[in-house]
Amino acid sequence: MNLIKNVTAKEGYHKIMGSVSAIIIGLIFGFLVLLLANSSNAFEGFITIVAGGFTGGGRGVGQVLYFATPLILTGLSVGVAFKTGMFNIGAPGQFVMGAVSAVYVGVHVTFLPAPFHWIIALLAAAIVGGIWGFIPGMLKAFFNVHEVIATIMMNYIGMYLCNFIVKKTVYNSLKNISLDVKSSAVIPKAGLDKIFVTLHGNYSDVSTVNGGILIAFGIAVFIYFIMEKTTLGYELKAVGFNKNASKYAGINEKRNIILAMTIAGALAGLGGGLLFLSGPSGRHLAVVDVLAMEGFNGISVALLGLSNPIGIIFSAIFISYLAQSGTYLQTLNYMPEVVDIIIAVIIYFSAFALVIRQVLPKLRKKFYERKSQLPTASEEKESNGGEK
Amino acid sequence: MEYVIEMLNIRKEFPGIVANDDVSVRLIKGEIHALLGENGAGKSTLMSVLFGMYRPEKGIIKKNGIEINIKDPNEANRQGIGMVHQHFKLVENFTALQNIILGVEDTKNGVLLMDDARTKVVELSEKYGLMIKPDELIENMTVGMQQRVEILKMLYRENEILIFDEPTAVLTPQEIDELMSIMRKLVKEDKSIIFITHKLNEIKEVADRCTVLRKGKGIGTVDVETTTKEEMSEMMVGRKIDLKIDKALTKPGKIIFEVENLSVISKWSKKKVVNNVSLKVRQGEIVCIAGIDGNGQSDLVYALTGIGPHLGGKITLNGEDITDSSIRHRNKAGMAHIPEDRHKYGLILDYKLSKNLVLKKYFEEGFQKNKVINYSNVKEYSDKLIEKYDVRTGQGSNTLTRSMSGGNQQKAILAREIEENPEILIAVQPTRGLDVGAIEYIHKQLVKQRDAGRAILLISLELDEVMNLSDKILVIYEGEIVAALNPEETNIKELGLYMAGSKRSEVVS
Repeated sequence: MNLIKNVTAKEGYHKIMGSVSAIIIGLIFGFLVLLLANSSNAFEGFITIVAGGFTGGGRGVGQVLYFATPLILTGLSVGVAFKTGMFNIGAPGQFVMGAVSAVYVGVHVTFLPAPFHWIIALLAAAIVGGIWGFIPGMLKAFFNVHEVIATIMMNYIGMYLCNFIVKKTVYNSLKNISLDVKSSAVIPKAGLDKIFVTLHGNYSDVSTVNGGILIAFGIAVFIYFIMEKTTLGYELKAVGFNKNASKYAGINEKRNIILAMTIAGALAGLGGGLLFLSGPSGRHLAVVDVLAMEGFNGISVALLGLSNPIGIIFSAIFISYLAQSGTYLQTLNYMPEVVDIIIAVIIYFSAFALVIRQVLPKLRKKFYERKSQLPTASEEKESNGGEK
Repeated sequence: MEYVIEMLNIRKEFPGIVANDDVSVRLIKGEIHALLGENGAGKSTLMSVLFGMYRPEKGIIKKNGIEINIKDPNEANRQGIGMVHQHFKLVENFTALQNIILGVEDTKNGVLLMDDARTKVVELSEKYGLMIKPDELIENMTVGMQQRVEILKMLYRENEILIFDEPTAVLTPQEIDELMSIMRKLVKEDKSIIFITHKLNEIKEVADRCTVLRKGKGIGTVDVETTTKEEMSEMMVGRKIDLKIDKALTKPGKIIFEVENLSVISKWSKKKVVNNVSLKVRQGEIVCIAGIDGNGQSDLVYALTGIGPHLGGKITLNGEDITDSSIRHRNKAGMAHIPEDRHKYGLILDYKLSKNLVLKKYFEEGFQKNKVINYSNVKEYSDKLIEKYDVRTGQGSNTLTRSMSGGNQQKAILAREIEENPEILIAVQPTRGLDVGAIEYIHKQLVKQRDAGRAILLISLELDEVMNLSDKILVIYEGEIVAALNPEETNIKELGLYMAGSKRSEVVS
């Protein structure tokens, strides 16, 4: 009993509960939508949503991880910017510019030996993505141009530039998509193809997932380390919380704004590289006038993960899991967009997470105050005093 | 005894705190009743309840013995209760007259009838000696004038009970004297005044009775005539307070900090907000820049500390020219700075206390190795400072700075800056908004630093602070140093004349 009491007193618990309640509300809402659309299949549909990624067996789980890979990176991108006091809405542009750079290197820079080819391609993705963050960062630091405006513009420049580059250099005109990258540029499977596979008799249906997900995990941990343990993270967060006080303390706030946006851009760009360096069965860049969803979903991932790098790993996998269930939902004659609605509602309510976080401690306090007799009530007050 | 207003057993709660707990105030007709208490004691909350801005959880308000229900400020107005807020509620680009009638205009067929109003305003102004020109724009008026417009607003509405919320905080000594005499005239005409303040001198001078609040509780009501300042301050703080600081004779050493012909141009108006300022600070002395708020002090400090720009001039610290150095370089060269606005500049409120205490040290050897911060060293250092400077917190080093009280936040800044072992400590209004206990502590620390041979540049608006602490006083008026005075040879009156710009000497340090 005491354990429950202590755990529920932790601030982290309230934070996580905020996200969890948002998810539950989102799922309930999704069920209502299913009921409205086609009540006879609603329950089955809901099970499909909840079962989500598992529906497709080993391969299905692999696909969840494959599509979670870019979301982790764009989520980190938005999250890092959040922590430094900026709203990076430019992840779609950074993502797509990173992607096209990686694909270009993967297709054309063929003189590189195999182990280096994909690494160089990923580096190219990070650098070009970084440039796409660096420019709004410069504009913000030196001309006080709001980063939301600047990154939105950079999104469109990135999208059309990407289409242009694909058409000019790496175009598969038959399918209106980019060419396959050379096999040396495909990120190694790292044994994941042995795990995430569904067997249909003799035929094994292998997932597209590759070492990219491991790289994504590694980067999330690395970013956590940077933000929480280093002087750089200390400075970045200080600037994010209070620009004036940072300046007062002698921190170069302009440099840190530019650096933060560059890191954010590089992360999103890397996400693009990780998704598209995946061989013939993986995703290809399509020539369409639509901003990359992976970029925008990064905002959702960061919100749901509370901008915490480790939280972002979980929220990215969760969003990817839901998105996969959308595919399976079609077998029940539902539109896969139902899942988009659920995701949207969850994000909506994770914005309310702050409210939930304020309500929870109060409910908890009331609960224990009612339960405990007067002598323990004073002790309760003490342990609560610090939370505020 | 006949009471015009009685507030009985008022209780007002906000989430997490009880701002007023069973407080009673009784106002006699025709008296000036002071409401004394430290910051956060609940004075303003209590008056907001009376003025209808908050509803109390418990307690009743009676007027002339009959219970009344004040549900909003308009109702308060109808009951004859008026209030001069600490921050004036005036429309800057309206005239005095327009501001006074705002909300109670007489109209005929939608056309304003100003003539009657003008006559009434002029009459009232003459009767109480307010000397208001009805057609002058608020933005062209001095702060004292604006305050008198606020008073006229209450009189125009025929309010009988007048609440003044810390009215003297923004005034020069001369203006304070004028306000006091206006208040006396008001009570002579049977108005009743509630006067919120934490300045004991003013209470002694003008008030008849005084109710003391401490931590939301009413401590008692005393007769001002028969109660000493020391007794009142003890009631207010709950312990004995040393109002006078013991300061040993100064033995200034060599010049540590020197400013020559420094100017600053305003970003907005292109006017010189700091004009050709020169000053010197020696080891072991406190040089104080006194002046009324908004005479260029902030811009001067920003230029000195590198936060803001400057135009020409030269700043020397310990023989080194730091005019164009970065902020970090200045810090390392031995400049510490207690900023005017501790929330905007002094602290990162969302960092825990330990991280704020190393705000200027986190990059130093011992706190980081290969750019990785050693947080256990940070915590150790922070624990040490918390104990040494008696910073009171909920969870020690892990306390979120935002959750700390103003006094303890200021102590944390003081600890951080003093532990920098600075050559020069620039302290800007280091006691702003603090209660008597914290003020006493900070003053003692500053004097201790001076005695240890540090150079201190103090920028202050509080005349008592200026007179008590400084070894040399410079008066700033409209960006210029207009006088260099010795605190032993001057007095508050003379200081006030310089601060108001009506007197200036050519002798500059």
